[in-house]
Amino acid sequence: MKKVLIANRGEIASRIIKTCKRLGVETVAVYSEADAEMPFVKEADHAFLIGPPPIQQSYLKGQEIIDIAIRENVDAIHPGYGILSENAMFVEQVQKAGIIFIGPDATTIQKMGDKIEARQTMQEASVPVVPGTDDGVTSLEDAKRIAAEIGYPVMLKASAGGGGVGMVRCEDEQALGQQFDSVKNRAKMYFGSDAVFLEKFITNARHIEVQVFGDYYGNIVHLFERNCSVQRRNQKVIEESPSPSLSEEARAQLFEAAVNAAKAVNYKNAGTVEFIVDESEQIYFLEMNTRLQVEHPITEEVTGYDLVEWQIEVARGNELPVKDQQQIKLNGHALEFRVYAEDPKTFMPSPGEITKLDLGHDEDIRVDNGYAENGKVTPFYDPLISKVIVHAPTREEAIEKSKAYLSTLNIEGLKTNLPFFTEILNEESFIQGTYTTSIVEDWLTAQKGETVK
Amino acid sequence: MTQLKSTMAGSVFTVNVNVGDDVEVGQVVMVLESMKMEIPVEAEVAGKVAEINANAGDFVNEGDVLVTLE
Repeated sequence: MKKVLIANRGEIASRIIKTCKRLGVETVAVYSEADAEMPFVKEADHAFLIGPPPIQQSYLKGQEIIDIAIRENVDAIHPGYGILSENAMFVEQVQKAGIIFIGPDATTIQKMGDKIEARQTMQEASVPVVPGTDDGVTSLEDAKRIAAEIGYPVMLKASAGGGGVGMVRCEDEQALGQQFDSVKNRAKMYFGSDAVFLEKFITNARHIEVQVFGDYYGNIVHLFERNCSVQRRNQKVIEESPSPSLSEEARAQLFEAAVNAAKAVNYKNAGTVEFIVDESEQIYFLEMNTRLQVEHPITEEVTGYDLVEWQIEVARGNELPVKDQQQIKLNGHALEFRVYAEDPKTFMPSPGEITKLDLGHDEDIRVDNGYAENGKVTPFYDPLISKVIVHAPTREEAIEKSKAYLSTLNIEGLKTNLPFFTEILNEESFIQGTYTTSIVEDWLTAQKGETVK
Repeated sequence: MTQLKSTMAGSVFTVNVNVGDDVEVGQVVMVLESMKMEIPVEAEVAGKVAEINANAGDFVNEGDVLVTLE
C-alpha cells in the first residue's frame, strides 16, 4: 500500500495523513469548496475539489470519490469516522473498483450498522442488550404500546443512526408522540432509512466502550475501555481511559463481551463495542462502531500503539502487530477534550471565523487539530475544531495537568466550549469518578437554579 | 408586520406553517439545521403567516428573513 485517499475532512484527515507520512505512504485528500483552506488539504500530497459545501454534494458523493481514487491510482481508501465510514454500499463499490477499504467488510458494517440487526446478532452471541424492540417500529401506535411495556423514559433511535444523530429521549407518551415523526424524518435525511426502534433509557448509567481490533487471520484483541459519559445531545464531549470507579469484575465482563461481539461477526480492523453500565454494574450492549472513533487517541496514549498504523497493517493483509492479549499493557491515564464551536452554556452551534487559535505549546500534550488561524468553521459539518489529549501516570495527575493546560488555550472569533471543560473538571462527581451520563444535564439544572437565586 | 429572522447560518430542515395560518407566541414555525443540530425557530409574537421566505433545503444566513407575520 503506497498511496491512500482519505475520504474525510478536518482533524481526522490531518491525523490519518500524519501516520501515512510516517509510514512513507502517499496521501490524497478530497475537499469541498467550504474546506479549500483547511490544513488537511495542504498537508496531503495531492488534493482534489469534489463539490459544493453541503455534505450530500461533496463528502457523501461516494462514486465521485472512487473515480478520483481510480484516476489517481490509489491503493486504498481510509474513510475516517462519520461520512462514508459505515456505508456498506460504498465499501462494496470501493472493493469492486479494486481498491482496499481500510475498515471491516461490507457485511459486518451492514450487520452492525443496522442497530436492530446488531441487537439480534448480539443476543445470539449471548451479549446482553438494553431492553427494547427487536424489530423496527413503523407506527406511532405501536411505539406507544411498546414504550408502555418497557417503561418510560425510552430512547427513540434511528436504526441506521450514529454519532448521537437521530436519537431522542422521551420522558412520556406525549413526548414520544411529538418526536416520532421528527426522528423518522431525520433518520431518512441523514441515513437514508426511516427505520426506528425503541430502547429503555437506563438512568444513572455510564457509557463505557471497548476498543477492539481484528485481522484476517482470526486474531481479535481488545485495547481496554474508554468512559464516554460526559455527553451533551447524546454526543461525547470528554472521554477518559481507563474508566474510573469500575470494578475489576465488571471490567473483565466488558472485555469478554466486546471480544465475543467482535468474534460473532468475524471482525476485522478497528472497531468499538459500546455498552451502558448501570448502577449495579450490569452491562448492556448499545452498538458497535465499525470504524476508528473520534476518541481513539486516549487508547493510543494508554497503550502506546498507533491505531491508524494498525488499521493500515491489517488492511495490507498483515497480522495484528500485537496478537497476544497479555502483551497489551495499560500505561497511566488519558483524558480527551473535544473543542467544539458552540456556546459553552447552551451548546448551540457557533459557526464563524477563527480570528485567533492558540492551542498551547507543550510537547507532552497531544493536540489533534483540524483548523488554522483565520480558518472558517462553517455550518455544514460537525462543530469539532480540535481535540486535546492529556496523558499522565494517574487520573489525578491527568486532571490537574488538563486544568493547567486548558486554561492556557485561547480561541477567538467564535464561541467555544473551552469554559465548559473547567466547569466539568471541578464537578465533584467528575473528580470522584462516579459521574454518569446525566452529568451535563445535572450541571445545567444546577446552573439554572443559581440563575433563579 | 413582524419578520422572523434566522439567528444563525444553516439549512432549512422543515417549514412547519403555511401562508394564512394563525400562530401563537412560541410556536415553532421552522426548524433549521446547523452543524448537525436542529434549531427550532419560534414565533416571537402571535399573528397570521403572511409570507414564507425560505423553503426546506434552502441555505440561510444569519439575519435572513424566514417568515413574515401580520
